[in-house]
Amino acid sequence: MKMDIEKVARLARIELSQEEKKIFGDQLEQILNYMEQLNEVDTSGIEPTSHAIALFNVFREDEVRPSFPKDEILDIAPEEEDGHFRVPRIIE
Amino acid sequence: MQLYSLTIHQLHDLLIRREVTSKQLTEAIFKRIREVDQKIGAYLLLTEEEAFQQSQEIDKRISDGKPIGDLAGIPIGIKDILCTKGIETTCASKILSGYIPFYDATVIKKLRNEGAVFVGKLNMDEFAMGSSTENSGFQITRNPWDLSRIPGGSSGGSAAAVGADECIAALGTDTGGSIRQPAACCGVVGMKPTYGRVSRYGLIAFASSLDQVGPLTKDVVDCAIMMNGISGYDPLDSTSVNIDVPDYKKFLINDIKGIKIGIPEEYFIEGMDPDVGKAIEEAIRIFENLGARVVRISLPHTKYAVAIYYIICTAEASSNLARYDGVKYGFRTKSYRDLMDMYLKTRAEGFGQEVKRRIILGTYVLSAGYYEAYYRKASQVRTLMRQDFDEAFKDVEVIITPTTPTPAFKIGEKVKDPLQMYLSDIYTIPVNLAGIPAISIPCGFSRENLPIGLQIIGNHFEEGKILKVAYCFEQNTDFHLKKPDLNT
Repeated sequence: MKMDIEKVARLARIELSQEEKKIFGDQLEQILNYMEQLNEVDTSGIEPTSHAIALFNVFREDEVRPSFPKDEILDIAPEEEDGHFRVPRIIE
Repeated sequence: MQLYSLTIHQLHDLLIRREVTSKQLTEAIFKRIREVDQKIGAYLLLTEEEAFQQSQEIDKRISDGKPIGDLAGIPIGIKDILCTKGIETTCASKILSGYIPFYDATVIKKLRNEGAVFVGKLNMDEFAMGSSTENSGFQITRNPWDLSRIPGGSSGGSAAAVGADECIAALGTDTGGSIRQPAACCGVVGMKPTYGRVSRYGLIAFASSLDQVGPLTKDVVDCAIMMNGISGYDPLDSTSVNIDVPDYKKFLINDIKGIKIGIPEEYFIEGMDPDVGKAIEEAIRIFENLGARVVRISLPHTKYAVAIYYIICTAEASSNLARYDGVKYGFRTKSYRDLMDMYLKTRAEGFGQEVKRRIILGTYVLSAGYYEAYYRKASQVRTLMRQDFDEAFKDVEVIITPTTPTPAFKIGEKVKDPLQMYLSDIYTIPVNLAGIPAISIPCGFSRENLPIGLQIIGNHFEEGKILKVAYCFEQNTDFHLKKPDLNT
């Protein structure tokens, strides 16, 4: 097995059941084997493509303008308190 | 002839001649949905009240004698990946259930300004990850031509709804074929525009370097009308391209004499269904009879498309979907020990199997020690694949291929074998990797009476040329006029 699935799942912040670990492990191994075929291609000196078209930095005028309304943002939060998102204690 | 079975351009003529009102048309669509959507399962949510408000406004404009655009008063379905202000938008994921955006995607705003009538939100594979719509977190959608088969995906709800006359046209999105493949499966027209032609603002991101919004319609004329409605630069999307958008209707000319069409030999491989092969050969003959010059070409890196794609799209997805953490919006798990536990459980319970699989794969190919071997390698082969198309378009004006290797497969047939599912996108993926536009149009039926799609690919920003070739084919065939029988 190429992949340490427990480690990668934890990096991805997803808890997996024992069954998922087994099924995903087998499936991902098969998929990664399929991807090995890219090694046939000589890519020395080839620039990677991250976007199919050339990208440019886009700037806007640095002007003050309204943000999304705070109350509407908090309305759709799972938990809020006193105008803030509420999360479990982070600092001990 | 029923109102719901007509096209945008036919209905526009009826509206401006005042032979029908948008209200009557909207009523006809909702009646049709009530009759057939129990069988199809295309819609996740209906927005009936808002639809009648929108139709009323258009009817008033018409009775006041004011001019209306091509899309005014026309009932449109929306893939549930596009943010709609005040209307729940879930991406067919439990992790977003209850999410009500407070803004419209730019394409939604544009169609709203055109006076389009929004019927509801359409089912899809969760976060657009899939080729069958079986990965929806809420329901499956059935193919109107055979209810035991998939409608394609990920825009399966959009394609099935257009195919079953549950809307006049629909919006979908296409990352690796998610408009064209379901369009082919359901016998409708679907276009993926050039990357940057249509704004992605408010399109919930899956793989940002590949995603594009596009139309699913009943014919090529409607496709051009929808492209006019959604195309254009948007300052809110830094990857949208600031060049003029032509009037796509001007390309609808029934004449392709002398046009040079390329047929890539690498697309006619084993694994292609013989009925698909026959339909494409017949389409090539039709193009030749219409005066096109058809030549064989080579796109030598085609066989690597699926491998490149599932490295790049999963890498981008793993980072895009990091935002679903149970803090700002959407679902949060009920009980947890601490912050880390909340993340782990929220994402375990909120995401479906395919989304988890892809996030894990994407995390792996980007992780220390593997990045060079997978992500960088795939991005380099992507360059070679782009260059294949650059070379080809020096010689030919458009390229034609099958849209899919087989007609729609059975529900459940490929769910246990993700790699087989991925391979069903082999003909559509290269187009996204190169960022070029392509259309799928109906070009025949299998022996089991399932629709077959023809893909026409053009160079960057040459949607017009594609539409012209597609229109000419459509004017000389009648595959697009056939309808599934939903009464049996």
